[in-house]
Amino acid sequence: MTIGLGHYLTVGAILFILGIVGIFLNRKNVIIILMSVELMLLAVNINFVAFSAYLNDLVGQVFAMFVLTVAAAEAAIGLAILVIYFRGRGTIAVEDVNQMKG
Amino acid sequence: MISLPVLAFYLFAATTVAAGTLVISAKNPVHSVLWLILAFFSSSGLFVLLGAEFLAMLLIIVYVGAVAVLFLFVVMMLDIDFEELRTGALNYLPVGAVVGVVLLVELILIAVTWQFGGDTAVNAAVPMSSMADVQNTEALGRVLYTDYIFIFQTAGLILLVAMIGAIVLTHRTRAGIKRQNIAKQNARRPADAYGLVDVEIGAGAPMPAKKGQGKRP
Repeated sequence: MTIGLGHYLTVGAILFILGIVGIFLNRKNVIIILMSVELMLLAVNINFVAFSAYLNDLVGQVFAMFVLTVAAAEAAIGLAILVIYFRGRGTIAVEDVNQMKG
Repeated sequence: MISLPVLAFYLFAATTVAAGTLVISAKNPVHSVLWLILAFFSSSGLFVLLGAEFLAMLLIIVYVGAVAVLFLFVVMMLDIDFEELRTGALNYLPVGAVVGVVLLVELILIAVTWQFGGDTAVNAAVPMSSMADVQNTEALGRVLYTDYIFIFQTAGLILLVAMIGAIVLTHRTRAGIKRQNIAKQNARRPADAYGLVDVEIGAGAPMPAKKGQGKRP
């Protein structure tokens, strides 16, 4: 038996679904939500690299690198916003975010 | 008989999925971050199996070395009552499970029925040469610094903007802290710093009007 493209796509799909369910499950804790987003981006990366390997096309890996870049930037900005939000309110409950001004 | 690559794939895939499940279900966010690190490690193993060694290394350096440690840092820095945040999490489980199952079924339906187009493999933008000819890292470098140089620069710009944004967002000026002001120090002249006064007997020297500005003779 050999491992085909479908195997990798299945892993990517399961990981993506886990990210979505994680957002639903931890609606109050924004740190876990950010981690779920990272999981989804990881699933996207697995898809890119799997297609790149099975189509013999290097562009998928180049694009996966840019997804990695954007994921790192997103984590940095998201956590910075989280820190200033916590500093102002003393909690990170996402349900109160709509009361922010400015 | 299962060959080694097949065994390795199932090992890494099972570890990735199990770690992903534990990321979203762990009670303690610190444990979530640690499971996230395990998920990144095992998916970098999947990348190695796919022949993308450079991305596997990048995943460990960038995700585990920077992003996950940043998460860990923030989780530990903020003093949060995580038990309170978990209340009512199970109320959302049915909705999340329904959405997840529907999406999973849709993705499986796509994966089962979908086929590559006839000339997809022929139309590769950057065909990979064989492994013995050019290593993966070198092949990536050859296209990244030539064909995709502008996108590469844009990625650097995104990281710069993110860095400046994170600094600007979290920076705060606190009152009551004495800091060195080099320009002020350099602009200070001896005439401003001290002066000579003639003191009459029994009168005492007059105090300077403001601190740091001595009276001129």
